[in-house]
Amino acid sequence: MLQVSLYRYNPETDDAPFMQDFAVETGGRDLMVLDVLELIKAEHDGSVTYRRSCREGVCGSDGLNMNGKNGLACITPLSDTVKHGRLVIRPLPGLPVIRDLVVDMSLFYAQYEKIQPYLQNPTPAPTIERLQSPEERAQLDGLYECILCACCSTSCPSFWWNPDRFVGPAGLLQAYRFLADSRDTATEDRLSKLEDPFSVFRCHGIQNCVNVCPKGLNPTKAIGHIRTMLLNRAT
Amino acid sequence: MATSIISLRRTGLSDWLIQRASALVLLTYFILIACQLLGSVDYISWRGLFDQTWMKIFTLLAALSLAAHAWIGLWSVTTDYLTERLLGPKGKSIRLLCQIGTSSALIGYVIWIIVIVWR
Repeated sequence: MLQVSLYRYNPETDDAPFMQDFAVETGGRDLMVLDVLELIKAEHDGSVTYRRSCREGVCGSDGLNMNGKNGLACITPLSDTVKHGRLVIRPLPGLPVIRDLVVDMSLFYAQYEKIQPYLQNPTPAPTIERLQSPEERAQLDGLYECILCACCSTSCPSFWWNPDRFVGPAGLLQAYRFLADSRDTATEDRLSKLEDPFSVFRCHGIQNCVNVCPKGLNPTKAIGHIRTMLLNRAT
Repeated sequence: MATSIISLRRTGLSDWLIQRASALVLLTYFILIACQLLGSVDYISWRGLFDQTWMKIFTLLAALSLAAHAWIGLWSVTTDYLTERLLGPKGKSIRLLCQIGTSSALIGYVIWIIVIVWR
């Protein structure tokens, strides 16, 4: 029997958030955390609310805080997170809670929008496609795989304190994805929008983002590359 | 277009560089002081060290580095924790008050060090 403590909050009926305990029968199986949530919803309380979609770590919908560490519920096995038969599930930290485990991602998306996450190239488009060499394409590895689950940004203290001004690890990983793209020509404009004291430089290298990324990406390294590009541009 | 790294306009990059450069100056200075303290220290040798012009300049540089390093660090701390998001409408006044207090203290310390070392 697994003891699950779940963050509950319904703004229409609750004055304040509270933790609710459930005893879930897992049958000794090493389920994913999402399976446990599905069991709770089906067998204990149908009002438990969370986001989910692909259930295979591709869509990034079910980013949650499990026993203190952010991750995707659908690809986190109980054996990786449960300690002493107990599982505490909370919403991603730092973002406003809409209900139970569902958070308002507006601040996160606003930062993503700020870095202009699309290819910019005013030259006439070739007939078929803009070509890259295999080496140029390899520059995007470790960057394009981000699924925007927000596990990294919501584990970052700098993002907790300044979600309106610090772009955050997810946004900065994508910022570097376009800075590193040989087909993009807006490098100067992109860098000029990142040189203020907050957008990039609020990163203090804590590396919570690297620790929690469910796709094994390294935003801190990408931020280091952006710093180097800013330094090269200024000297 | 290249931007000047030493322009008066304050950017995240200039802050970042100043923190690292000032940290190097402070590290070198305190290693020097530590080496001096590890040897035999008496008033005559200590006075002799600080009477030399290069040591006075180095001390002034270390004081300015300390002030710059502390200002950038504490400015970051105040803009992290003393904000309207965390403290409500009073956040801005509290932050400004702390920043004025911090900068006044740092300027005071630098002037004090100059008076001690250069008089």
